[in-house]
Amino acid sequence: MSRSAVLVDADWVEANLDTPGVVIVEVDEDTTAYDKGHIRGAIKLDWKKDLQDPVRRDFIDKAGFEALLSERGIANDDTVVLYGGNNNWFAAYAYWYFKLYGHEKVKLLDGGRKKWELESRELVTEVPQRPRTNYKAKDQDLSIRAFRDDVINAIGKLNLVDVRSPDEFVGKLLAPAHLPQEQAQRPGHVPTARNIPWSKAVNDDGTFKSDEELRKIYSDAGVDFSKDTIAYCRIGERSAHTWFVLHELLDLPNVKNYDGSWTEYGSLVGVPIELGEAR
Amino acid sequence: MSQGCGAPAQTVTLPVGVDLSSQAIIQGVVTGTGGTAYARLLDRTGEFAGEVVVSDEGVFRFFAAPGRWTVRIIAAGGVTRDVEVEAKLGEVTQVSIDL
Repeated sequence: MSRSAVLVDADWVEANLDTPGVVIVEVDEDTTAYDKGHIRGAIKLDWKKDLQDPVRRDFIDKAGFEALLSERGIANDDTVVLYGGNNNWFAAYAYWYFKLYGHEKVKLLDGGRKKWELESRELVTEVPQRPRTNYKAKDQDLSIRAFRDDVINAIGKLNLVDVRSPDEFVGKLLAPAHLPQEQAQRPGHVPTARNIPWSKAVNDDGTFKSDEELRKIYSDAGVDFSKDTIAYCRIGERSAHTWFVLHELLDLPNVKNYDGSWTEYGSLVGVPIELGEAR
Repeated sequence: MSQGCGAPAQTVTLPVGVDLSSQAIIQGVVTGTGGTAYARLLDRTGEFAGEVVVSDEGVFRFFAAPGRWTVRIIAAGGVTRDVEVEAKLGEVTQVSIDL
């Protein structure tokens, strides 16, 4: 897939704010940012309240996704442009999630909310009202989602890409440094995983590096492009960002995001864990 | 459901329930941003470790591991400022940054 098919820049968004069939969606865990100001016409998705099952640790099911998108006024043939804070982590997660349920036309705003803000582009507080649709989702495309047994079976065989920060990888931290370090799981990483932090793929303003630069970063770090790949982080949003790079920008065919990630793997009884630098 | 990886609100006081004895906190106040600013934490190799939006009051906070870190402030107009910080277990290391 070409870069232009999956990524748009801020000028493109500004030029298409009123284009029929284009829906701008802000995705965040903390939606107060949207409430304080968002791109004109953008609707919001709450990563936790809208996209996660309220009881079990899993996604909302197909019927739930259909109900959500119908209620938000998104149609099957709409072009959905996602953006958000945290360097587009949650927007990338939503991108992967939309693909999981078979939405065809999805794009990410390169640089997300941060670049938009740093360029002092217009933000508004008016919340748009979109007419209800009758959205139909597909069954989950499990070719892009990994589960814990897939990860265990991949040890020593497939590319395992741990996209957390180096201190999380070696076991010094259990969460990104903007979160309190209090978690139940064991620190470390999946044996044979390479540590290629998600941030290697982006510039300071959150935009993605060129395809040539990205290919070099992952191949130099030990990713064998002839093998299947599983990416993971702590809860699966930073690794959705890396999944986007590998699967959508670099066109690698078999890349899965392990959304259970370290908060699941690090809590499993009996699985192998490595501490320290990659071996 | 696990807590997500989104940054919590950047408040002047520590969030309720945080046990300082197990944390190495870097906290700061930024002035002169002229609008939205981001605080990024880089480890000793220059690698990204975390990033938050600086609050309207100019506050940011990181829960680091003990050791040397760099706080990078990124503001509108291409303004960036790096400050070296030493984090210690059980302490809040305060920094003030005027752009």
